[in-house]
Amino acid sequence: MAQQTHDMYFADEKAHRRWKIGFYSSRIFIYLFLTLFGLFIILPFWFMIVTSLKAPNIYTHELSHGVSLWVSEPTFHNFQVIFGIVTEDGRVIAELTAEEYRQAEINGQISSSYNFGRYFLNTFIFATVSTALTVITTVLAAFAFARLDFKGKNALFAVLIATMMVPGEMMIITNYQTIMGFGWKDTFAGLILTNFVSIFYIFYLRQTFATIPNELYLASKVDGYGEFEYLWKVMIPIAFPTITTITILSVMGAWNAFIWPNLVANGTHPIFGNDMRLVSNGLMSIFSAQAQGKDTIMVAGSMVVTAPLILIFILFRRYIMRGISRSGIKG
Amino acid sequence: MEKKIDNNQAPAELTFDITDERIFHHAVSFGFKGTLDQYNEDTKALPQTTEEETIDKLHRYLNEGGYTEDKEYFARFIAQLDASSTQLGGKEWRTFEVKKRRSNYRMGHGGKAVIALLPAMIFLILFTFYPIINTFIISFIEDFSWARGSGSFAILNYFRRLTEISNWQTGTPPPTPNWGFANYAYAFQDPSFTGAIGNTFILTIIIVPLSVIISLLIAVFLNSIKTLRGFYQTVFFLPYVTNTIAIGMVFSIMFSHESGGMLNQFLGLFGVEPQHWVTMSASKFNSGVAIVVYNVWNSMAFKILVFMSGLQSIDKQYYDASRIDGANRFTIFRRITVPLLSPQILYILITSTIGSFKMYTSVISLFGRSADGAGSFGGSDGLQWLTVVGYIYKNRDSRLAIASAGSVVLLLIVLVITLIQMQVSKRRVHY
Repeated sequence: MAQQTHDMYFADEKAHRRWKIGFYSSRIFIYLFLTLFGLFIILPFWFMIVTSLKAPNIYTHELSHGVSLWVSEPTFHNFQVIFGIVTEDGRVIAELTAEEYRQAEINGQISSSYNFGRYFLNTFIFATVSTALTVITTVLAAFAFARLDFKGKNALFAVLIATMMVPGEMMIITNYQTIMGFGWKDTFAGLILTNFVSIFYIFYLRQTFATIPNELYLASKVDGYGEFEYLWKVMIPIAFPTITTITILSVMGAWNAFIWPNLVANGTHPIFGNDMRLVSNGLMSIFSAQAQGKDTIMVAGSMVVTAPLILIFILFRRYIMRGISRSGIKG
Repeated sequence: MEKKIDNNQAPAELTFDITDERIFHHAVSFGFKGTLDQYNEDTKALPQTTEEETIDKLHRYLNEGGYTEDKEYFARFIAQLDASSTQLGGKEWRTFEVKKRRSNYRMGHGGKAVIALLPAMIFLILFTFYPIINTFIISFIEDFSWARGSGSFAILNYFRRLTEISNWQTGTPPPTPNWGFANYAYAFQDPSFTGAIGNTFILTIIIVPLSVIISLLIAVFLNSIKTLRGFYQTVFFLPYVTNTIAIGMVFSIMFSHESGGMLNQFLGLFGVEPQHWVTMSASKFNSGVAIVVYNVWNSMAFKILVFMSGLQSIDKQYYDASRIDGANRFTIFRRITVPLLSPQILYILITSTIGSFKMYTSVISLFGRSADGAGSFGGSDGLQWLTVVGYIYKNRDSRLAIASAGSVVLLLIVLVITLIQMQVSKRRVHY
């Protein structure tokens, strides 16, 4: 008797049974494989959460007896340290006398690197301004390539695409000299202006713009719209999901930027004297040879840098995955 | 104003000589095929209705006051269309051509293009195009290093200094820079550069195949399940949205050399002695393992996502057909999934090989606690697993021309990888 399972037909009962055994054993294997690698992916995150909540002395003790993946007495001590609220031995910094403060500095219980509030503020300013500039320039340039006719359009576009292949190091070597020449070291200008134009996003948005039917353009011409009115009233609303994707990816890129900020914003502002580090290089600065016994503090630093990203991911998962898989196919 | 509708041409074509391009746009927007000198693309607009219906629509549009300028001409235009359409029975679509006097139309677009491109182009020229050329030139100037620290446009400053020298020594002509391949020669004789190329090469040929194969398996498995698929997909995607430095530091702590450290504790279950992984005294093999593990962890998310989107576009019929033919799972994977996924596999191979040759952040984030603190590449000298990009940054300050030469070499490596893989794709990829 023919039997139907999973939209398939089998010649007889025996063939069906054989298929079923194969099916379920492969299911078990697949879920085992996925779970194993899933655990491998999750482990650093779990380790980070748990370790950042451990008291430093408990973790040091565990290092010689076996680190546990559970925390029995969670504490926010590590977070208070990296935000510069308490010293490493738990005294509130605001309540220290000048002498105690000096002593704590000498003993290395306070560090100028424990300044994550400032890092967050810097990164917020950097991400906001550079994303705004990225979106504006990307929309305009993508519009020019998708809709306007001008001499040398295809040649210019080919040059831009070819430029995407050039390793960033070639630019960074010269850009560093340029930034120094402008006196932009340790300023937001130096951080933002060199990198905010993204050829990749221009290309990506142009692809979206190109799918907008011509009839809309012609109809808008009839209604007497100019090119820029058409961009503002028709193209941007239609391509809004793509622009959202670009915005999110750009904010995430700013949050994760390391190489360039590490070169040009690793000190204090030339005029205002405030710390110019962003979260990535700020985090790197607490990572040093003397960090033995500061593992939990470093992990807390990783935690506060990672948490906002995970939050953005949970909120905008659809947009992020869409953007990346698109770019994956169209290259 | 000359407005003429030429009806004596071949019935399949109409030529209008008009000055108002909006009529043309309008006709096309209602489904007519047409050409206008500047608008070759517009011929792609395909009619959705019959011509009769379209002409009716145009009539209605006119009567309802949709088109206000030069109503009279528009009415004549439609009437003409209508007449010739009736002759043909209204069944066929004709192509018509609009001949318009050349106006400042193109100039207008050009001006708008300049406005639209200017913001991006200013910064691209200053911080992308100029640096590429500048770095390229510097890499061929032998004695460039003496101009370091001047902190100006590097190459302009260099020539300014040359003229300054000739001014000081009045009467002497400015010294000419020594052009040549000396910087490249220096780099290739520098053991740390050749070592960096070797290191990067070894890491690439281990990390790329490993992560591609695991990602492909995960993607195929994810695609074959329904229960919990979304959950697993989210989990496997998480590494993509994390900060490389932050998680690198977490890995570095998990790779602790203490007997109770995460990895040592785990290996202890199998009777392995505690090892040094990312410290100064770690062996090259051990630190290499740490780099490979972290990079595989870090790079799988993107690959899985690309493979998943590729798998979802494969027609299910192929699988049904092969199953009817009695193919087993492995044969299906090898004969159907891999060939049909070959565009994505090629794309991933190119991007991840190039990405792997640019490896930098994911290495230094592991070795912050070895010799020279942040910026170490492992080992007691901090150079154990120095990568090509690492070499470039290490020489950026004191030997700018050498770093430039290194970055040009990196560019060539990237080009060669792309060309090789393009050649392979001609033979092996099924589109």
